[in-house]
Amino acid sequence: MKILVPVKRVIDYNVRPRVKADGSGVDLANVKMSMNPFDEIAVEEAVRLRERGAAAEIVAVSIGPAKAQETLRTALAMGADRAILVETEQEVEPLAVAKLLAAIAADEQPGLVLMGKQAIDDDCNQTGQMLAALLRWPQGTFASKVEIEDEAVIVTREVDGGSETVRLQLPAVVTTDLRLNEPRYASLPNIMKAKKKALEVKTPADLGIDISPRLTVLKVTEPPVRQAGEMVADVDALVGKLKALGVV
Amino acid sequence: MTALVLAEQATGGAIADATLAAITAAAALGGPVHLLVVGDGEGARSAAAAAACITGVERILLAADPAYGAMLAENVAPLVAGLMEGYDAFVAAATTTGKNIAPRVAALIDVMQVSEILSVEGPRSFTRPIYAGNAIATVESADPKIVLTVRGTSFEKAAAEGGSAEVEEVSGPEGTGADAGLSSFVSLDATGGERPELTSARIVVSGGRALKDGETFERIITPLADRLGAAIGASRAAVDAGYVPNDYQVGQTGKIVAPDIYIAIGISGAIQHLAGMKDAQVIVAINKDADAPIFQVADVGLVADLFQAVPELTEKL
Repeated sequence: MKILVPVKRVIDYNVRPRVKADGSGVDLANVKMSMNPFDEIAVEEAVRLRERGAAAEIVAVSIGPAKAQETLRTALAMGADRAILVETEQEVEPLAVAKLLAAIAADEQPGLVLMGKQAIDDDCNQTGQMLAALLRWPQGTFASKVEIEDEAVIVTREVDGGSETVRLQLPAVVTTDLRLNEPRYASLPNIMKAKKKALEVKTPADLGIDISPRLTVLKVTEPPVRQAGEMVADVDALVGKLKALGVV
Repeated sequence: MTALVLAEQATGGAIADATLAAITAAAALGGPVHLLVVGDGEGARSAAAAAACITGVERILLAADPAYGAMLAENVAPLVAGLMEGYDAFVAAATTTGKNIAPRVAALIDVMQVSEILSVEGPRSFTRPIYAGNAIATVESADPKIVLTVRGTSFEKAAAEGGSAEVEEVSGPEGTGADAGLSSFVSLDATGGERPELTSARIVVSGGRALKDGETFERIITPLADRLGAAIGASRAAVDAGYVPNDYQVGQTGKIVAPDIYIAIGISGAIQHLAGMKDAQVIVAINKDADAPIFQVADVGLVADLFQAVPELTEKL
């Protein structure tokens, strides 16, 4: 089975984003960029499935600027076999990303698409569900456990009330949640090897997909700031305060 | 503009609070609000009867079929997409169920969803959090129809009584039927039990990495939560360290809560966590590090060793 793993280049998880003074967006100039952490979990899971013998080939794909090649090299260093970049300098919304991925899935015919549940920049949490809809495939979102069983994948999902297990017919789309695994660090030899792996570059036009945006960002602002309150000296003072607030 | 809202049921069969908030958001679009109740047979019928009493809902659409029992996106999304011919907007709560189904509906009707809205600025413009709540974007949709998920804590709940909507039965797409034949429900492992649900609790007691391990978390946090009748939450660090299950996680990648009182114990207050609880009315923090960022947002702070202070607090309350 072939696994397709879409990965996105985003602001690094440890960087605090700053809103631009003119309210046009978040300042990404000279900011460290990395692979979206949920996508890293997806790459790791794909590699583990191959190590368990459930997958034969892993294809990483990214949609974004030329620099997203670095993100794909990271996926290759973690164990993906080859990579595809759909190159565009334009912002691409989840619906358009899903259409591009559906076109790639039509070419590649994967048995499973494994991807992050959301990107930590736009926090949309849509692309996997949209891709599954366009392909008319089942979807296992927010996965904390993934098992391949004959022609199906058994997915345990993180849901509000606990965890839910569903059985999905293959091919399917699975989106990853935090607890699915802990991604490995790529070793130096693997980083070197990754440089030699195949990386194909296409454009949205090659795939025949219109990526015009549907949403316009009117402005981006800082969230409202909360003011610090009062420090109390001991537990008795805290109890007094809680009583005054009507907690007890 | 007529809006269709997807209903979710809370344990016990009532319409979920998150759905009541989504109804308020849908009403803010300016047109009539219809509510879609899906489920397996009798449960769905009694939920529809209860839903008919919600203030502000004009009509209930009821789709009762065993295939809708677990609200699988593969089965529910085509039903909604079919119904959307008669609607201008589809609105779901930003719960794990809403987040699972709404984007699938959006793609089927070729609409770009606006996720987890915080406010309705106009019939086509909304605010939503980006970058883990570090920025708020105002976006406008150019799509012919609108698909939204709604952050429940940002909207008042519609009153569960006072309305009198008519109930109309609907069914899935002709030909294929209700079951898309792609997926099936296996099991649900529910956590929590008697405790109030985290996102709708009046009081939340949360613990962080300072709790050391799962056993200590239980020994320190649970008695205080029991005393206050509170829900229990945790920081991502505590979840990652395995002290508690993932569905306890409060934060941008976990749950967003806005209780009357939020008590943060041994939580430093990473921006990721603050994004999930900064809308609480009163934030109380107990931490031994006086420089912890949590104190910058807390209304009441106590610098103390939590292993002494929390049991003492539990006893004195």
